[in-house]
Amino acid sequence: MNESANTVSSTERALGESTIELRQMHKWYGEFHVLRDINLDVKSGERIVVCGPSGSGKSTMIRCINRLEEHQQGDIIVNGTELTNDLKNIEAVRREVGMVFQHFNLFPHLTVLENCTLAPIWVRKQPKAEAEAIAMKYLERVKIPEQAGKYPGQLSGGQQQRVAIARSLCMSPKVMLFDEPTSALDPEMIKEVLDVMIELAQEGMTMICVTHEMGFAKTVADRVIFMDEGQIIEENVPEEFFNNPQSERTQLFLSQILAH
Amino acid sequence: MSATASTAQPSLFAKLWYDKNNRSIVVQILATIVLIWFFGSMVLNAVINLEAQGRGFSFAFLEQPASYDINQHLIPYSSRSSHLQAMWVGIINTLLVAVAGIILSTILGFTLGVLRLSKNWLVNKLAYVYIEYVRNVPVLLHILLIHGIIVHSLPRTKEAWNLLSDTAFISNRGLFMPSPEFLPMFKFVLAAFIGAIVFAWLFRRFARSLQARTGTQLPVFWVSVLAIIGLPVIAFIATGHPINWEYPTLKGFNFQGGAVIRPEFLALWLALSLYTAAFIAENVRAGILAIDHGQTEASMALGLPRNRTLNLVVIPQALRVIVPPLSSQYLNLAKNSSLAIAIGYMDVTATIGGISLNQTGRAMECMILVMAIYLIISLTISGIMNYYNKRIALVER
Amino acid sequence: MEEMIPKKQYAPGEHPEMPPPFKTKGAGLWLQQNLFSSPTNIVLSILAIYFLYKMLPGLLEWSLLDAAFTGSDRNECRAKAGGACWAFISERLPLFTYGFYPAEERWRVDLSFLFLVISAVALLWEKCPLRKPLMVFAVFFPFIAAFLLLGGNGVKLMVVLACTAVVLLLLYRGFSSAFMMVLALVVAVLAKYAFFGGIGVPFTDIHATQLVDLNQFTQLNLKTVSTDLFGGFMLTLIIGVTGIAFSLPLGVLLALGRQSNLPIIKYSCVVFIEFIRGVPLITLLFVASTMLSFFLPPGTTFNLLVRVLIMVTLFASAYMAEVVRGGLQALPKGQTEAADALGLKYGPAMRLIVLPQALKISIPSIVNTFIGLYKDSVLVIVIGLLDPLGIGRASLSSTEWNGLTNEVYLFVALFFFVSCYGMSRYSLYLENKLHTGHKR
Ligand SMILES: Nc1ncnc2c1ncn2[C@@H]1O[C@H](COP(=O)(O)OP(=O)(O)O)[C@@H](O)[C@H]1O
Ligand SMILES: [Mg+2]
Repeated sequence: MNESANTVSSTERALGESTIELRQMHKWYGEFHVLRDINLDVKSGERIVVCGPSGSGKSTMIRCINRLEEHQQGDIIVNGTELTNDLKNIEAVRREVGMVFQHFNLFPHLTVLENCTLAPIWVRKQPKAEAEAIAMKYLERVKIPEQAGKYPGQLSGGQQQRVAIARSLCMSPKVMLFDEPTSALDPEMIKEVLDVMIELAQEGMTMICVTHEMGFAKTVADRVIFMDEGQIIEENVPEEFFNNPQSERTQLFLSQILAH
Repeated sequence: MSATASTAQPSLFAKLWYDKNNRSIVVQILATIVLIWFFGSMVLNAVINLEAQGRGFSFAFLEQPASYDINQHLIPYSSRSSHLQAMWVGIINTLLVAVAGIILSTILGFTLGVLRLSKNWLVNKLAYVYIEYVRNVPVLLHILLIHGIIVHSLPRTKEAWNLLSDTAFISNRGLFMPSPEFLPMFKFVLAAFIGAIVFAWLFRRFARSLQARTGTQLPVFWVSVLAIIGLPVIAFIATGHPINWEYPTLKGFNFQGGAVIRPEFLALWLALSLYTAAFIAENVRAGILAIDHGQTEASMALGLPRNRTLNLVVIPQALRVIVPPLSSQYLNLAKNSSLAIAIGYMDVTATIGGISLNQTGRAMECMILVMAIYLIISLTISGIMNYYNKRIALVER
Repeated sequence: MEEMIPKKQYAPGEHPEMPPPFKTKGAGLWLQQNLFSSPTNIVLSILAIYFLYKMLPGLLEWSLLDAAFTGSDRNECRAKAGGACWAFISERLPLFTYGFYPAEERWRVDLSFLFLVISAVALLWEKCPLRKPLMVFAVFFPFIAAFLLLGGNGVKLMVVLACTAVVLLLLYRGFSSAFMMVLALVVAVLAKYAFFGGIGVPFTDIHATQLVDLNQFTQLNLKTVSTDLFGGFMLTLIIGVTGIAFSLPLGVLLALGRQSNLPIIKYSCVVFIEFIRGVPLITLLFVASTMLSFFLPPGTTFNLLVRVLIMVTLFASAYMAEVVRGGLQALPKGQTEAADALGLKYGPAMRLIVLPQALKISIPSIVNTFIGLYKDSVLVIVIGLLDPLGIGRASLSSTEWNGLTNEVYLFVALFFFVSCYGMSRYSLYLENKLHTGHKR
C-alpha cells in the first residue's frame, strides 16, 4: 500500500456496517439466467470495483441495486431497506443511491444547474435557492461552475459526465453506483472524470464502480470483483487481485486488459 | 484557361458568366424577366378574356344581395343579406369547425397515441387497427360515411333518441339540446367562475414561489380543479339557479326551441377530428418513443416517481418532437374543412366559393377571396405553432 | 422462502445455468402480462372486450353473415338478407374499375396496369431480377401508358420514346445541365412542331383539332378514347402516378431553389411552395376547372383531365419540395464541402453527390406524400370527374340501387385501405432499413 501517495486502504480506515447486501440473488431475462447466486456485502465507506468481460452481467447487477432491473430470487437490502415490489421502498432506496451512467443521460431540455436541482427540489423538497447553492457547490467540486447556465448539448463529453456526477451528488446519496463512467469518453477526458471520482473516494463515499480503468482500481478500490457468465468468480484486495489472480478466467481477462 | 485569362482581355460573356457575383446577378435578372413575362402574360390574357366576356374585374358584386339561405349562421344573416355577409358567415363557419376540430383531434390524438403505447395487448391492437383504418382512407370518404350514417341510419324526428329524459334528442336532423337563457343573477356565477380561474392562477404562482422558498409542495392541480368547479356551483346554488333552460320539444315535423347541432356540422367535425386524430396519435407515439430510455432511467435513478418523471423529463422532450408535425396536422385539418362542400356545410368554400360564385359568375374574384382567406388561416396557424415551437426548442452546440 | 431455494453450494464460477423458477411461457402467463397486469389494465381490458362484444357481431352480421352477394336490384337483395347488399358492387365492378372506358378496349388499361406493376416493382424492390433494364422501361412507362390509354398514332409514340432515349443517354453521359435544358427545350418545340404545326407553348393544346394526320403513314394505330370516359380506380391510378412522376423532379428543383443563395430564385420558390401548401386542393381544382382558361391566350382550350393533372402535379410538387428539403437538410454539411473541395461545380455536385443521398433519405416521406396524393385524388369528384367515389355516387342515383350509400362508401374505403396500407407498410420497411443502415 505504498506505491502511491493517493492510496487509501481499508486497513487504515474503520469501515461501518453493511450498506448493501446481496444474498443469493438470481435474475433471469426470460429463459436466460443472467445473474447466478450473487452474494455481496458492501460496508459503508467501502469502494468496490467490478470488472469482467462484456456481457458478464456487471451492469445488470448494479442496476438491480437501485431497482432499474428487477431480481427474481434472493434478497437485496440497501440501507436496511429490502427491495421488493413496494414502490415506497424503491423510492426510498433511489433517494439514497446515486447512479452515473455510461452515456451520461443528462436531461437535454434543462440547463446544467436545472439538471442538478431537479431531484433535490422535487424529491427532497428543498427550497430552490438552497438547492441551487448546493448544486453550485458540487459543480465547483467537479470544476465546472462556469457552465451552470449552459445546456448539456453545449458541453464536451467529459464535462457532461462531471455534471452527471454532480447531479447525483446533489441528492447527498449514501452510495454511488458508476456504470462504466469513462468508456464513452475520449482519452484526454477520462482523466478529468477519474480525478473527480478519486477525490470522491478519498472523502469516504461508498462506491460500486464498474470500470476497466485498472489504475483507478489500484488507487482507490478496497476490493475488486471479477464477474463472468453472471457469477462472481473472484474477489480480492486490488494488490492480490492483480498480482496473484486465483482463477484462470481472471488471469486470461487481466492478460487481455493489460496487454494494451 | 488561366493562361488565356492572363494574356488576353476576357470577353464580355466570360466577364459576366465566370465571375461569381456577376453570374448571380445575370441569373437573377433572367429569372425576373421570365417571371414577369409569365405572370404578365397571364394577367394580360385574363384582361383580354374578361373583356371579351364583357365584364371587368371588380369586387362590387359583394354588396349585392346574396339571395340564398344558410342554415347555420352565428352572425345575423338572411337571404337578403349581401354576398359579403355570406362570406363572413362562411368564414365563421370554417373557423368554427376548424377550431372545434383542432381541439377534439388533439384530445383524441394524444389519448390514442398513449393507448397505442399501452402494455395492454388488446387496447394496443385496437388503437392500431383504428389508426391504420382511419389514416389509410381518404378523409372525404369519412365525411360522407359519417354524414350518411347520421342522415340515413339515425332515427327520424318522430323516433328521435331521447337523452336524459327529454332534455336532448338525437335524430337524423341533428343533435337537439336545451338552450340556456341567462337571468340577471347569472352574472354572479360568471364572476365566481372568472374569480376561480384567477384564484387558480394566483394559487399556482403562490405554490411555485412557496416551493422555491421553502420546498413545500402544494396540490396545485386538485385545488385548481376544486376551485374552478366548486366556486361557480356554490354561486349557482346561492343565487337560486339563475338559468332558464329552453328545452327542445317536438312540434309537428321538427323540434322547436333549444339549440341544435346540425348533421352537416356534426359529420364534418367528427370526420375531420377522427381523421386528424389518427395522424396525431402516430406523431405522439413517435415523439414518446423518440425519447431515449436512458432519460427515464436517469430520472428514476434520481428518485423521481413515475408521474414526475413523465411530467418533468419525458413530456417536455417529447413535445419538441411532436409539435412540428402537429402544426402541419392542424394545417391539414383547416384545409380539409373545405370538403364541407361535399355534404353542404356552408363554410367559406361553399358560400363565396360555391353559391355566390355560381350566382354571380365572378369566378376569378371569388376564388381569389377564398384562397386569400385560407392563406391567412394557414399562415396564422403556422405562425402560432412556430412561435410555440421556438419557445420549446432545444439548445444544441 | 428459505426452504424453496436449493441450498446446494457451487464452487466460485461453477454455478450452472438454471431454468427460471417461474413460468416464462404459457397462455395464462401471456394473459396475465398482456391483459391483467395492473388494475388499470384490467379495467381497460374489460372495456375493450365489452366494446368488441358490442361492435363485432353486428358488423360481421351486417357485412358478411346476413349480406346478399347476388341479385339484380335492391329489392331482390332485401328479400334475401337484412344486411349489406354487395350484389350492387359485383354488378358495377367493371364501372368501378374502368369508368366508361369502352369494353372492347379495356385490355389496354389492363396492359398499362401490368406495365405499371412491372415498373413499380423494378423501382421499389432492390433485389428485382433484371432491375437495370426494367428501370429504363419504367422511365418510358408514362409515355407508353399515355399512348395505350389515349390511343392514336403509334409513330408519335415512337418519336417521343426516341427523344426520351436520347435525352436519357445524354444525361447518363453527364452533360452539363444548362446544355440539357436547352436540348430539352429544342426537343419539345420540335416535337410540338412535328405534331401540331406552328410554334407555341409546347403541349398545351394536345387535344386541339389541328393534328397533323400521320395515320396514313402507319398501321400502328389504336382507336382514340376520349378522357371523358376515364373513371374509376383507373382514374385514381392515373392521377396518382402522373402526380408522383412529374412532381418529384419539379419538387427537387423547387427544393434546390429554396436552398439557393440567390434571393430572387429563393423567394419565388418560397412563395410558390407556401402558397400551394396554404390553400386546399379543392380550391386549386376549382381554379383548374373554372378559371385556368382565363389565363391562357384567347381561344386556347384543353382537356379537363390534363388541367386537373397539371394542378395535381403543381400541388404535389410543393409538398415534395418540402420532403426533399428535409432530406437535403439531413445530409451532413461535410458532403457539399467535400464536393466543393474536389472541385465539382454546382450541377455535378448536386447530381452526383447531394441528391442521390438526400433522395434516398427522403424515400419514406416521398412514399407518404404519394399516399396523401393518392387519397386526395378522390377530390376530383367535386369538379365532376368520375373517380370511384364519383362512380359510386352516380350509381346510387339509379333506381334499382338507390340508397346503398354505406355499401358504396365502405367498398371504396376498402380499396383505398388495402392499397394505402400496403404502401405505408412499404414506407415503414424502408424507414427501418434506413435506420439500421445508419446504425451500422
Ligand atoms: N433487457 C435485456 N433483455 C434481455 N437480455 C439482456 C437485457 N439486458 C442485458 N441482457 C443480457 O444480459 C447479459 C448481461 O448484460 P450486461 O449486464 O449489460 O453486461 P455487462 O454490463 O457486463 O457488459 C448480456 O448477455 C445481455 O445480452
Ligand atoms: Mg455494461
